[in-house]
Amino acid sequence: MATKSTDLATLSAHLKREVTATAEGLQYLTFILAGESYGIDILKVQEIRGWVPVTKVPNAPFFVRGVMNLRGAIVPVIDLRLRFGLESVEYTKTTVVIVVTVRSEHNDRIIGMVVDGVSDVLNINNPADIKDPPDFGTAVHTEFISGLVTIEAGMVMLLDVDRLLSIEEMFAMESVRPAEAMHAAA
Amino acid sequence: MAIDIGQFVQTFFEESLEGLDIMETGLLALPPGAAADLDQVNTIFRAVHSIKGGSGTFGFKEVTSFTHVMETLLDKMREGQMAVTSEAINTLLQSVDCLRDMLMAVRNNTEFDAPRVEELRKQLAQMLDQKVSAPSAAHWRTPAAQPPPVSADGWLISFRPHLDLMHSGNDPVRIFRELAALGDLTVRPDFSRLPRLAEMQPEDCYLAWDLELRGSATRETVAEVFAWVEDDSDLSIEPLLEDLTALGSVEPEVANDNAQQGELLLDRRAGDRRKTDRRAVGGGADSSSIRVGIDKVDAVINLVGELVTTQSMLSALGVDFDMSRIDKLHEALDQLDRNTRDLQEHVMRIRMLPISSVFSRFPRMVHDISEKLGKQVELQLSGEQTEIDKTVIEKIGDPLVHLVRNSLDHGIEPPDQRGEKPATGIITLNAYHKSGSIFIEVGDDGRGLNREALLRKGLDAGLLRPGEDYTDDQIHELIFHPGLSTAKEISDVSGRGVGMDVVRRNIQDVGGSIQIASQPGRGSKITICLPLTLAILDGQLVSVGHDCYIIPLLSIVESVQIHAEMVNRVAGKGEVLRFRGQHLPILRLYEQFCADGAVTNLEKGLLVVVEADGRQVGLFVDDLQGQQQISIKSLEKNFRRVAGVAGATILGDGRVGLILDISGLIRVNNAAT
Repeated sequence: MATKSTDLATLSAHLKREVTATAEGLQYLTFILAGESYGIDILKVQEIRGWVPVTKVPNAPFFVRGVMNLRGAIVPVIDLRLRFGLESVEYTKTTVVIVVTVRSEHNDRIIGMVVDGVSDVLNINNPADIKDPPDFGTAVHTEFISGLVTIEAGMVMLLDVDRLLSIEEMFAMESVRPAEAMHAAA
Repeated sequence: MAIDIGQFVQTFFEESLEGLDIMETGLLALPPGAAADLDQVNTIFRAVHSIKGGSGTFGFKEVTSFTHVMETLLDKMREGQMAVTSEAINTLLQSVDCLRDMLMAVRNNTEFDAPRVEELRKQLAQMLDQKVSAPSAAHWRTPAAQPPPVSADGWLISFRPHLDLMHSGNDPVRIFRELAALGDLTVRPDFSRLPRLAEMQPEDCYLAWDLELRGSATRETVAEVFAWVEDDSDLSIEPLLEDLTALGSVEPEVANDNAQQGELLLDRRAGDRRKTDRRAVGGGADSSSIRVGIDKVDAVINLVGELVTTQSMLSALGVDFDMSRIDKLHEALDQLDRNTRDLQEHVMRIRMLPISSVFSRFPRMVHDISEKLGKQVELQLSGEQTEIDKTVIEKIGDPLVHLVRNSLDHGIEPPDQRGEKPATGIITLNAYHKSGSIFIEVGDDGRGLNREALLRKGLDAGLLRPGEDYTDDQIHELIFHPGLSTAKEISDVSGRGVGMDVVRRNIQDVGGSIQIASQPGRGSKITICLPLTLAILDGQLVSVGHDCYIIPLLSIVESVQIHAEMVNRVAGKGEVLRFRGQHLPILRLYEQFCADGAVTNLEKGLLVVVEADGRQVGLFVDDLQGQQQISIKSLEKNFRRVAGVAGATILGDGRVGLILDISGLIRVNNAAT
């Protein structure tokens, strides 16, 4: 793995500074999931929190860990590893919840997603640097990947959060058993 | 107008409008024809009397004279000199409306409908004429046309000299002596303008006086006494009505009323006290105020008291803190946490109002409309004390009016068409909390929806496909369709369903839903389900495995420990408990929710008997935890509806707790068995 995990506080501060610094160009928050780098549009990110146990929601899709209290709002938390059909791991100190705003036709939802760790903020000044996603070779269904960026350290997959975390998508997957999902991924 | 009185004008309007509501309720409760119920008439009389008194004080002469006639009529009823006829009641009800318009007009400084007032006054006077012996009738009729009632038996004088009064050689004492010669004089000085001693000019007049002169002196004689000082002072001379024995008499009366209702009017002194002209006062009328039960305010005050105690405990700790006192610190912080949360909850409760404030308008409406339609209708209200957030209350009023009107107009049949049913139709309004939602039902025992007509209409409009079977619910759903809302086609009475789409939209706007159930010939019932937001309920925490759920306390019947021999397995029907002579289905929550680590042995856990929709079921849980007041939060906002869960809340430790949807669980259980 090329990008190293920075600690949370530094990153949060960095995040704030960066966003205000460069209004132009695209910025992505990158994070690690099973050794691979992913990026999400930084404007979608509300905050980054350390993992704390959540309240389980009965009969929810398997990748929904539960709901948490975000200053009085009830926010569902999904495990991105499970969402992508990857093997689940023990949560550690670097495990974080990225709280994002997901836009859909009807409303905006706030959703937390558990990732292995956040790494950095990626500046993309030239949109042409973003390549179309390939249709094979990644662990993730390519429909959620909006593009690929090559950086010195390797490759970052840019995720379409609105698509990935839309309620419709999530419950369309509900019927897929964890085992099958993993199987499909393997 | 006197400076002192200005600040009470706002209060006067609020109290008067309330008085009108009391009158209306009272009038509707009066059985026509029967001998007057003295208490009722007295209540109404008192309300009119207060308005009359207040309006006299503030110089709203038209209001005073109008209420005077009403008062006289009621007085005759009270003394049994007049029968309570439905005609009289109707006229009085109209007068109440008229009075309300007048008050609003005065408050907003606009013109009121003078001919209408005159017309009603004539009607009232006529009624008096018929029932009362000639001499007294004459006595009552004369004042009606002239602005100030001559019933005054003295004068109320507000005398506010300018600072330089004494420079011109005038002496207030001389004036008072002169007045005293005219009758029985009471002088009350007003010290409010007195400056500090250091700033006082000995030659300036800082005092002001309120004078009360009893006796037969005319206004002119009184005014003459003040002739020399008129230009050097603010003077008002008002007739002293027999009920205004003291200038402040409006206030004590108001205070009494409040005490009786155990309520406190917050914000009643809102507005700038110095504003005395009516326009300014009228402008302030827009700011909405809320009446809050004194118990709620007391609760908040108590909590603030506790908070202060905790705070001082913490500061004491902080003075010389060392690690040996860490336990004490934790304790204090816990207490602070609890105080803050309690305070928050109680402050939210202040916004909750009983739904009676919405329901109260219906008796009058039903009375009026049924009269107009020639129908006999009885309105039954229940659950008026159900508390709803103020914003929801404001939104729900109009849809409810619409529904009740629909029931009256189209649901209830005229007496001769009601067949075997009693000639008097019944409309019910019911409100209650259920599984965390607030339900409001509007029911009638009228003819119900015409399924055939609806079906035909639906087919015509292309909303239904011919040849298919539709359930009643699907058919009833059609009345909410905007295209189908004209009624002739539906029930031969124009207007059936007009605006039902609007009603539904209004209710959906506040996040609620609406359902209709109807039986031909038996009536229909519309149920409105309102959202949980801001609603607070008492919850019982139960543990199931590692998880914790909340059962609304209202739906809990009891909790029992069970023995294996009490449980039967019914083939294909799951487990039932023989319990108090009935068979209670057992719902194992851990199975329902796939919880890990839960108690599975029925004898080791606990069965919480819950009830919803008239059905009971035993929920099997591990154990009971504490009880907590919970404010319900939506799970759907960021997620979606979860079967068996009505909503979520934040528990004492900051975690999220899920609130069980009891009626949903019972439905699921019934469907499964």
